[in-house]
Amino acid sequence: MVERKDGFNLKAITKSKGFSSFTAALMAIFLGLAFGFIIMLIANPSNAISGFRYIMFGGLRRIGDVFYFATPLIMTGLAVGFAFRMGLFNIGASGQYTMGLFFAIYVGFMWNLSGPAHWIVSIIAGMVGGMIFGFIPGVFKALLNVNEVITSIMFNYIGMYFVDMKIQNNAAMYNSSMTRTRYLPESSQLPSLGVAGSNVSIGIILAILLAIALYIVLEKTTFGYELKATGFNKFAAEYAGMKGKRNIILTMMISGGMAGIGGAFAILAPSEIAGSSMTYEPINIIATAGFTGIAVSLLGNSHPLGIIFSASFISYIQRGGTLTSLVGFKPEIIDIVIAVIIYFSAFAMIMNTSIKKFLIDKFGKKKKNKSIINNGEGVE
Amino acid sequence: MELINYLIQNTLPVAVPLLLVALGGMFSERSGVINIALEGIMLFGAFFGALFVLVVQNSGMTPQTILLLGMVIAAVSGLIYSLLLAFAAVNMKANQVITGTALNMLIPAAILLFSKMFFGSDGVTTNISFYIRKMPFLGSIPILGPMFFQNTYLTVIIGFIFLGISTVLLYKTKFGLRLRACGEHPHAADSVGINVYVMRYAGVSLSGILAGMGGFFYSVGVMDGNVSGHTGVAGFGFLALAVMIFGQWKPGKIVLAALFFAFLRTLAYSVSLIPFLYNLGIDQTYYKMLPYLATMFVLALTSKKSRAPKAEGIPYDKSSR
Repeated sequence: MVERKDGFNLKAITKSKGFSSFTAALMAIFLGLAFGFIIMLIANPSNAISGFRYIMFGGLRRIGDVFYFATPLIMTGLAVGFAFRMGLFNIGASGQYTMGLFFAIYVGFMWNLSGPAHWIVSIIAGMVGGMIFGFIPGVFKALLNVNEVITSIMFNYIGMYFVDMKIQNNAAMYNSSMTRTRYLPESSQLPSLGVAGSNVSIGIILAILLAIALYIVLEKTTFGYELKATGFNKFAAEYAGMKGKRNIILTMMISGGMAGIGGAFAILAPSEIAGSSMTYEPINIIATAGFTGIAVSLLGNSHPLGIIFSASFISYIQRGGTLTSLVGFKPEIIDIVIAVIIYFSAFAMIMNTSIKKFLIDKFGKKKKNKSIINNGEGVE
Repeated sequence: MELINYLIQNTLPVAVPLLLVALGGMFSERSGVINIALEGIMLFGAFFGALFVLVVQNSGMTPQTILLLGMVIAAVSGLIYSLLLAFAAVNMKANQVITGTALNMLIPAAILLFSKMFFGSDGVTTNISFYIRKMPFLGSIPILGPMFFQNTYLTVIIGFIFLGISTVLLYKTKFGLRLRACGEHPHAADSVGINVYVMRYAGVSLSGILAGMGGFFYSVGVMDGNVSGHTGVAGFGFLALAVMIFGQWKPGKIVLAALFFAFLRTLAYSVSLIPFLYNLGIDQTYYKMLPYLATMFVLALTSKKSRAPKAEGIPYDKSSR
């Protein structure tokens, strides 16, 4: 009773919507990891436990790298999550990410700018690239009533072929003997934060700032309110006089821009070898960052601040996953875990409530007794 | 004439996977479940089909027998994998698009993991040829013989048989009528005693069978019997969805749409053989984008008067009447 007056009430917290989505995310993560462990047991029983230990704790050794690789994931997660809030499923974050990557790389190689202006302009170019590829599905959805899922999937392929062709045909960017892009000039690389043993760059700070900016847009502006209202009930929002079509296009453009910045962050980041940047290999494969962004967004409940944490978590297990190759596994194990997490996230909330109901039906009385005892202890 | 024969001979083996998978998508959506997992189901079926081929390729069976048995294996694996979607969509009332995306992501990763660990490669590589130079009797028919029954695969004939079966099943049987009712108005169907859950399971299972087969036929007719976890089925599952929408969820129109898309793709990969297109000097990559661009163009034209099943994508809840 005293607790309630203080405003700190455990019951109110556990019953809140945020908490139940948090437990749902935990549940999905647990099931994903458990499934990954089973796969490892099937593939190689004798090394499964040591491999799983790498997944769980391997990332601790490379905290800097966790944030280094989390940076683009935060951006694609924000892209998917922002569109989700309006009820749009942006499965095209991969294509937007690739376009952003290409625009950033183009400015990095072909424009002669000096000083910090170079990398800042490169990031902005990446954003523009992503926005173009977000704008197209938005227009198709708003004006022509074409489902954004199909459009964005098609543009994933179109973007991938387009970017790979443009890079391969440009000798200034593409090193054909290595089948990779060359190292970007140093002025276009993101400044490193100087953390020992890692190249984590200013990108992570910018990504967090962008997440906060999106949070403000969603919670404190009329546009954000309209966007969420449309997500809850499209027809009611339209009836209330909100401009649905304009909002769809705007949302997809912002979403695409976020994914594009993610692509820019990924390619402009400095890599382990001094003076070099990350490189891109044009081999006609769709970037996975956009699909991982779906998992990030679902785990973060499409909340910009939650996405920072879920992206860090996914990046953390990915770092651990690369270490499993020490005991004969392959990093793809993490992609499996991520896919299973998405699968269960799709109905984790429902599963959660049904399990809770089952537990209350079965152990309801016991639980009540326990809580009374706990309360008694609390009073003492 | 040579060129026309060549284009037809190469279009048909590409069209058949698209046709089968689009028919699968049609059954699923007509029952009310959006099946975006077609891509994953295809790859799952293709993987197990190819694994079967790898095991029996030296056992002395004729290639065409192996193809038929592999097709059955692929269909069964596709069915099993599609049950994951049916469970999430029907029992758990989950978001069908997210579930489908998860199923699409799972399979390439799993194939890469197992292939890298056990074969040291990106997928399954077989060394058997299912190619038919000339079919007996049919191949000797003048004009039509060289077009349809020479330099081809058995998959083409099987594909068109299943087109016939699907059409009859959807329009001429009690089951087909009930299935369509569940996709249009599940509450009405329920009120006359049709079990909506069972029908939706059936729709998704049929899509699993057809997509699994389609995936195996893709690996036979397009990839020479191999399966790669990296390139997967190159977006054929998604193209099949576009084929289905373009075909207005009707078997007769779906087959035309599948042929159209397959023709575009064949054209893209044989530009160097067609002097007219080759002399234009356009980068070949643009031709590879053509099927995807055509999809967008076609959808933009047709979506205003879309005939999509009314209840697709909405989980059926008995109590929300």
